[in-house]
Amino acid sequence: MIGIYWLYVLAGAMFAAFAICSAGDRTNPKRWANAAFWGLLAASFWLGKILGDIGNGVLVLLLVALAGSHLLGRGTRQSTSDEEREQFSQRLGNKLFLPALVIPFTAFVGTLLFTYTPLSATHLIDAKAVTLVLLGAGVLLALAVCYAWLKPPVGAPVAEGTRLADSIGWAIVLPQMLASLGAVFAAAGVGTTIGSIASAIIPQGSVFLAVLLYGLGMVVFTMIMGNAFAAFPVMAAAIGVPILIHQDGGNAGVIGAVGMLTGFCGTLMTPMAANFNIVPAALLELKNQYGVIKMQVPTAIPLLIVNILILYIAGFHL
Amino acid sequence: MIHYWPLLGIALVVLGFALRFNPLLVVFVSAVVTGLLAGMPFLKVLGAVGKGFNDNRNVTLIYVVLPVIGLLERYGLQQQARALIRRMRSATTGRVLIIYLAFRQIFAALGLTTIAGHAQTVRPLVAPMALAAAEKEHGELDEETAEKVKEMSAATDNVGVFFGEDIFLAVSSILLIQGALAGFGIQLTPFQLSIWAIPTAICAFVIHGTRLLLFDRRLSRRK
Repeated sequence: MIGIYWLYVLAGAMFAAFAICSAGDRTNPKRWANAAFWGLLAASFWLGKILGDIGNGVLVLLLVALAGSHLLGRGTRQSTSDEEREQFSQRLGNKLFLPALVIPFTAFVGTLLFTYTPLSATHLIDAKAVTLVLLGAGVLLALAVCYAWLKPPVGAPVAEGTRLADSIGWAIVLPQMLASLGAVFAAAGVGTTIGSIASAIIPQGSVFLAVLLYGLGMVVFTMIMGNAFAAFPVMAAAIGVPILIHQDGGNAGVIGAVGMLTGFCGTLMTPMAANFNIVPAALLELKNQYGVIKMQVPTAIPLLIVNILILYIAGFHL
Repeated sequence: MIHYWPLLGIALVVLGFALRFNPLLVVFVSAVVTGLLAGMPFLKVLGAVGKGFNDNRNVTLIYVVLPVIGLLERYGLQQQARALIRRMRSATTGRVLIIYLAFRQIFAALGLTTIAGHAQTVRPLVAPMALAAAEKEHGELDEETAEKVKEMSAATDNVGVFFGEDIFLAVSSILLIQGALAGFGIQLTPFQLSIWAIPTAICAFVIHGTRLLLFDRRLSRRK
């Protein structure tokens, strides 16, 4: 059975290739640090299971040391110039989109095939990882198509991948770091503390104020944790279940679903949700690290108000 | 007994981000401080950080698309995305992004969240298209405006995926809500939850879509 393990092997191979490519990039004055960073990440994907908790902790410490002391840099090695790219685009035309579409198409069709047809009974792919495994398969297929059609130099995919990875830099592992911060917060009882603060300031007798506090609590706690998933169980235990559902008789489906979506409004407004808010700033080479968040706030606030109204109206008056 | 001291870890995160220290460093230091304040020995905190990092490797898997995207960029993918938009007479930044928003919400609602994203679609396709549409309508963009267009492209992807995915029955957040409520003895089917994601999805489309149309106007006033 093909499970997530094989994707870790694939990702490890890719980061190992990035490490080798970085080490050979003489245009990057900090090339050894970049090579070490991607090499450590390859080790994490390949050996994470056998390193043990402390071993993984040391690995994280090394990654943080490299990034935190500003040792990572970027090469200036040219791939193709803008003029060459214009010429390629004129010559190749819209067919250029096809390899890019191979990836989502493989994931889409494959997921349908392995979920809704007799193929699912073959257990060829681990049901928990179907989409991710097919995403990996799509990448390999797209690479094969590119090699056959564009005939790039053999090392081009690695060199181009390294170029993109260097431009994202340390932000690539920030989402994982934030997830482990969440785990430490949970172990230290931060969730329970916040939940008890929220339930201590709950006003008696006003359903609307309780709804408001539940919604705002979801937003604030999501902004702190960077993830509505961590906030939901805490706010459900503090306010959602005991006050809104049991005491005030609210519709549990609404309280659950719209409560989570209210948290998502918080996700739009926090740097802690790094993969959505910080990584794209790096990927798009934005000047302002927080530019995406600033752009999202005017959507998040009206949507937050709407969500609280949906909670109140659909939860208690329908 | 409730311990308030570990909350200092949160304050550290906020402060560190505000002062723009390296975020990896901020997060790591905050994790260690929070753990120590909760009375955990250093090695146990280090182990908890390592375990959390290792257990969440799946969020980093998406970067296996980088070599393909980079290779296609080498052969002019971004230039082609721009050329395609330049040929469409009625394309504006707002309209391009509204179509993308709808596409992202609908596919997320079908459970297909990973087929698009910042690495897969926004950098190679959506942002260049939005920029090309802006240039076509309003001429050469100054740096600040180009920044805003890129920021809006990324924001549109996030809004689309966040407020589409919960309509799908088997998405992890629906399963998490179901599991959390079941822990309190409240039994719900995924359908009873995901149906309530629809009103918010529609409102998100209306609110963000309106902003995108206003964004077009703002671009044209810049001249």
